[in-house]
This record gives sequence, C-alpha cells and structure tokens, in this order.
Amino acid sequence: MLPAFAEAQEITLKSGPGLEEVEDNCAACHSLAYIPMNSPFLNAAAWSAEVTKMIKAMGAPISDADAKAIADYLAKNYGT
Amino acid sequence: MLTRRGVLSATGTGLALAGSGLAWPEFSGAQAPGVELSPGVPSGVDSYASLEMLPGKKPLIRLSDRPPNYEAPLECFRTPITPNDQFFVRYHLSDIPEVDAQTYKIEVGGEGANGQAKLTLEDLKKMPAFEVVAINQCSGNRRGLFIPHVPGVEWGYGAMGCARWKGVRLRDVLDLVKLKPEAIEIAFKGADGPAYDKTPDFIKSLPVWKAVDESTLIAYEMNGAPLPHFNGFPARLVVPGWTGTYWMKHLISITALTKAQGGFWMKPAYRIPAGKFPMVARFVSQEDATSMPITEMVVNSLITSNRDGSMVKAGKITVSGLAWDGGYGIRAVQISTDRGKTWSSARLGADLGRYAFRFWSFELNAKRGKNTVTANAINTIGQTQTSALIFNPAGYHNNVMQNITLNAN
Repeated sequence: MLPAFAEAQEITLKSGPGLEEVEDNCAACHSLAYIPMNSPFLNAAAWSAEVTKMIKAMGAPISDADAKAIADYLAKNYGT
Repeated sequence: MLTRRGVLSATGTGLALAGSGLAWPEFSGAQAPGVELSPGVPSGVDSYASLEMLPGKKPLIRLSDRPPNYEAPLECFRTPITPNDQFFVRYHLSDIPEVDAQTYKIEVGGEGANGQAKLTLEDLKKMPAFEVVAINQCSGNRRGLFIPHVPGVEWGYGAMGCARWKGVRLRDVLDLVKLKPEAIEIAFKGADGPAYDKTPDFIKSLPVWKAVDESTLIAYEMNGAPLPHFNGFPARLVVPGWTGTYWMKHLISITALTKAQGGFWMKPAYRIPAGKFPMVARFVSQEDATSMPITEMVVNSLITSNRDGSMVKAGKITVSGLAWDGGYGIRAVQISTDRGKTWSSARLGADLGRYAFRFWSFELNAKRGKNTVTANAINTIGQTQTSALIFNPAGYHNNVMQNITLNAN
C-alpha cells in the first residue's frame, strides 16, 4: 500500500528573514525555482550581483531595502 | 539503492514520492520513473527538478515552470531525430501567448529595407518550401556541469534536439522588401514577451550573411507536423549550426538594421570571451575588444546508450550515442577505454546532413568490474572536443569529453 503524497508542484523556499520580500518581488516575474537551482555555489557578493542584475538589467522595481533583504536572505539560505 | 534523484515526482503516472528515508523497492536504478539528472549539476537542482508533462509533450525534466524551461531525458537522444513531444523547451520571459494561426502575421521591414511586407501563415505556405535537418541546442546546454558552477538555468545534457524543419528561406522573405546595401543585421522578435514592461523584450539579430544563407529558414513544420506551441508555433526561425538563442520562436517581426542591434539580449547577454573558442562563424558588427556574441555550436558528443555508473553484462557490448558540430560535419568519433591513452574509431551512422546529429556506435569487450568509456568527436575542419573546460562566466560551449563508468558483472 502506497502512502499518498502531494505533487511537488510549488516550490517551497527555506523560511527566514527576507523570505517575504523574495516572494513579493522575485515571484512577480519568474518561478522561485531559480533560487534553489542556483545553489549552493554563489557567495554573498554573487547573490547580491544577481539581485542587482534583476534591477538594473531586467528592470525589476525593487526598493533598496527589499533588495538588501533579498540578497541577505539568498546568501544566508542558498549561498556558500 | 534508492536515491533522492530516483524518487522525485512523475506527473505522467500521477505518482510522487517526496521526503527522505522512504523505501520503494520497485523504484531503483535506471527503471525509476522519477527524474535522473545529469551527474554534476548543482545539488540544489534536485529540490525542484522533476519529470513533468507540458500540454502536448511527454515527460521532460522541469527546471522551471515560469518561464518554462524543460530539458529532455537522456533516453530521447538514442536516435538522431528528436520527436516533437520530447523536444526541449526554453523561454527567457514569462508572458507566452497562444498564437492563433488564422490571425498570425510576420511584419517585415526596417530602415535597412526598401519596402515592407506582412505575411500570414498561408502566405508563407504559398512560397517555395525547403527542408533542413538541424540541431537546436541551447547556448547554455551543460551549464550545470561547469566547475566552478555559474549562475543561470542549470541545464544538464538535454537542452538540445534535432528535427527535420520545413519552411521558407529567410532570404526569400527578405527579397520581398529588398535589402539596402547598408543593411548589416536582421533583427527578430517573437510573440512572447516579459511579465513586466520594464524588462527588455527578447530581440535577437543575425549578421546579413547568415540571414541570407540558403539553410536559414522560417519553419512552420517540424518532423512533418506543425510546430508544438512550446517550440514556437506557428513559425520560428531555424538557424542551422548556430546556438538556439537565434532561433526565434513565434516569429512576428523581421527588421533590417543599418546599425548593430543594441538590446540586452545581444549584449551583455549571450557573449563569449574574445579569442577563447575556435569560432569560424563571425558576427563582426556585434564584436568588441573583449567579447563576441556566441555564434556556431562547438563540436560535441554524448554517450546515450548507457548512463554513467550503470550496470552492463561482462563481454561484448555496444555503446552508442550522438555527435554534432556547428555545421562542418562530423568526420569521426573516437573512443577510449583506457582514459585517453589509446583511441579507436566508432562506426558512424547515417549522414542526415551536416547540421544534424550523427549517430555512432562502438563495440567493446567489457571486463568484470569498472570499465571507462571516453568519447571525442572530430569535425571535418579538425576541431575536437576539449579535455578541460574552457571556462566562461555565462556557462556556454561546454564540450568537455564525457567519461563514463560502466560496471560489468
């Protein structure tokens, strides 16, 4: 008899400070799957550069405060 | 042995097994219905990647669903033609409309042209039709195998496919608007766009010489059928020999330019360091002192009969796979069973054209225990795969020779 398991359709990120800012900003344009997929090999500077790229190159309207919270969250939870 | 990679969800069967420490003896080794990722991709890929079916597709390995990025499992590469329902899916931007074939139009013009034209799908089908068998491979295929890892979609081996494309020559369409002598690039746009209006739209250009090449097509058929939605229905650009970034899907505009296209997706995106790769095909109007746009594919091969680490019977076995390059054609595939000390030629399969996958096979005597197999493709201009990665920050052109282990008993 097989236990019933839910389909893992939605991505669940690690909980922690900054997760709300990640969900509010990043998920507006793309799947949050990009975050665990790119882990764990980026350091804090590299994650920060990714957030900057989203703002500067991709036009993401992210406030400075949110950008910092997002970069810190990514470095802490999905960084090296 | 049940591994985490063996137990991820398989939507096709409605079965899913999550969490760790759960034993399910029927799910083992190569028979697991879950996803088997290419060895070496970042460990985080495991947490989301799974076999999923997009509408009209067989299960593919989902790396992201918005935008959709799905690669083909290794088993899809045992024949030189990739079925439409197993052809990989790659988008940059998330707003992807269902294009209506009845109202679909391509607008052709630009300052580098003397005229303008609007072409419907019916108009295209009334023009002379041509076919080419050609590989569409993502520039970043095998990015996930980079050491050190680099950010991006962490593709394994499967962001590629080869199909028989049918359509019209791009040069016949350009002839309708008569290019001016000062036209230097042709720019392309698809119906898909960004989720947010400040995000740069995906616009790519080609140098005129490549645009007017007899093999460059606007294709409305793929392997004898209409293009799948996720591969660019109703018509897409086919740029044989060049990486997938130029193969604009859902093509809706063609613009002749008298100066270089300046958007994000031409620069800084899709660039390789100048002088690091043996590129013959040049895109001079987009080059600068330190970087150049990625153009043609590098010579490469993939062992597809066996996965790394799989079991075989001791004795005579046949190992096979595919080889390809940027359109010069495969001259030989060399196999080593002693980690590169000696090499023997594989038997090449049917030649479907210089832009197509070339099937190859090699018979070897597997001894009990571990056997290593290394494959190296060589093209007709003498280019070979590399033994060490040519590192570049965007993760392109990974053609490091594969080295797999087969365990014989």
